[in-house]
Amino acid sequence: MTTPRDSGGTWGPIALGLATLVGVLAVIEAMIRIGWINAFIVPLPSAVLLSFERIIVEEGVLKRFLFTAAEALSAGTLVALVGISLGVLLYRRQILRLACENWIAALAAAPLVLLYPLFLVIFGRNAVTIVMIGFLSGLPPAILKTVEGLSGTRRTLIDVGRSFNLSPSQQFRKILFPAALPTIFVGLRLGLMFALINIVGVEFLINFGGLGQFVNELAERYDLPAMYAAIFFVILVSVGFFLLTERIERWLGRAR
Amino acid sequence: MSTGGRFGITRVVRVRIAIVVVVLAVWEAVAMSGWLFRDVVPRLEKIGRALLTLLAKPDLYGNLGTTAYEVGLSLVVGGIAGVAVGLLMGGNRTLGKAFEPYLHYLGPTPKIIFFPIMIMWFGVGGGSKIAMGAISCFFPMAISTAVGMREIDAVLVRVGKSFRAGVGQMVTKIYLPAMRPAMLTGLRLGLGVAIIGVLLAETKLSNRGLGYMVIQSYTRFDIAEMYALLIVVFLVAIAANALVSRLGALKRGSS
Repeated sequence: MTTPRDSGGTWGPIALGLATLVGVLAVIEAMIRIGWINAFIVPLPSAVLLSFERIIVEEGVLKRFLFTAAEALSAGTLVALVGISLGVLLYRRQILRLACENWIAALAAAPLVLLYPLFLVIFGRNAVTIVMIGFLSGLPPAILKTVEGLSGTRRTLIDVGRSFNLSPSQQFRKILFPAALPTIFVGLRLGLMFALINIVGVEFLINFGGLGQFVNELAERYDLPAMYAAIFFVILVSVGFFLLTERIERWLGRAR
Repeated sequence: MSTGGRFGITRVVRVRIAIVVVVLAVWEAVAMSGWLFRDVVPRLEKIGRALLTLLAKPDLYGNLGTTAYEVGLSLVVGGIAGVAVGLLMGGNRTLGKAFEPYLHYLGPTPKIIFFPIMIMWFGVGGGSKIAMGAISCFFPMAISTAVGMREIDAVLVRVGKSFRAGVGQMVTKIYLPAMRPAMLTGLRLGLGVAIIGVLLAETKLSNRGLGYMVIQSYTRFDIAEMYALLIVVFLVAIAANALVSRLGALKRGSS
């Protein structure tokens, strides 16, 4: 978190970072022009920059972005609904939690995205497969963090609820859930991020859908400048997403 | 787990067994009912037999070896690069503020989209898979190392300085031991994403490795073998992850 005290000193390093980035790109540009780097392997940074207009105007990258965003949103909604519900279930039934929590943590470590051929067989080569893979890979962190958040509720808060004679459902809605929300959101954010990564990955692998397919298509067409521009676009999307969720998380954290 | 004693181990084990039995029973019922295409949900017996056949194939171990080699080498390359960059970012405030945001931005980017570039740079063979694994594990390693370095207790550093430890001694006696938990976290995360990076690259374009085997069984529509392969891959990945976690616990216990 930036405090007013050190925010004055952050612009220098940021400028340094940007200057280095521009400098590196300029050096690469020069090395390609001299012929030290093969232009058939690494396109000119200036050509990449110029092809941005092309991928936006001619190739409809924004439409593809919306497609991927819609997939991520669907997967994210599923992750939130199912993940939080399962988390609450595990919190309520401690025996289930003891039995399953380690399994779920192990699942989080397994390369779930490798299930995509199986999902192709079940759902076909369409958006459902992509959304389901995204949903599945985002599920473990959402469940685990929901359980963690609920069980981390401060004893005093629970006792306050008790002293007001809240019913179990009121207790949950007014005390437990709000207290756990920041932690739950950490889980949702992780889950969404995993979902987005896997969605773009599967799009790339099965050559279907939004941005992932776009990168794959440009690679197959050997349109290098546009491919680099498209990759840069995917990075921009991840960055935007990262910053947005970070902002929300901070806001929730402060609300606590 | 504080509530462990309330139920005792046996009840947890019983619930676990019950869950497994229910899942298997539902699976078998679906397989027999024919609600889904029979090939999508094969009988358990068929999967079991495919698993045994698979485990008897020398082919599996060759491909497992290839994938393990690629993941291992990618961990070495990506890990060393990540630790080096992390030490620089963590040790120097200006460098950290200037470049660490880029690590955080690139970290959650789906690395697989760099695969076409890696093919062009390192060829269609093992090189591009190792590169995929390496860029995947570079980010968690670098970020964890930087964070770990910054969170070192200042007292420890002062103790080292008051003993007039040299740079080498400071690194081996103070910095590295203090950063071990953070670096092991990085290694665990890095291992997970390196495995994913390598396997996905193998499914996309390869003629060796476990990822290649999975996609082969898909193209042959040999679903039972595909399940068997996925079981093997998941178990290996989970075991590798558990091994690294165990390593962390063990070292912390002995120090």
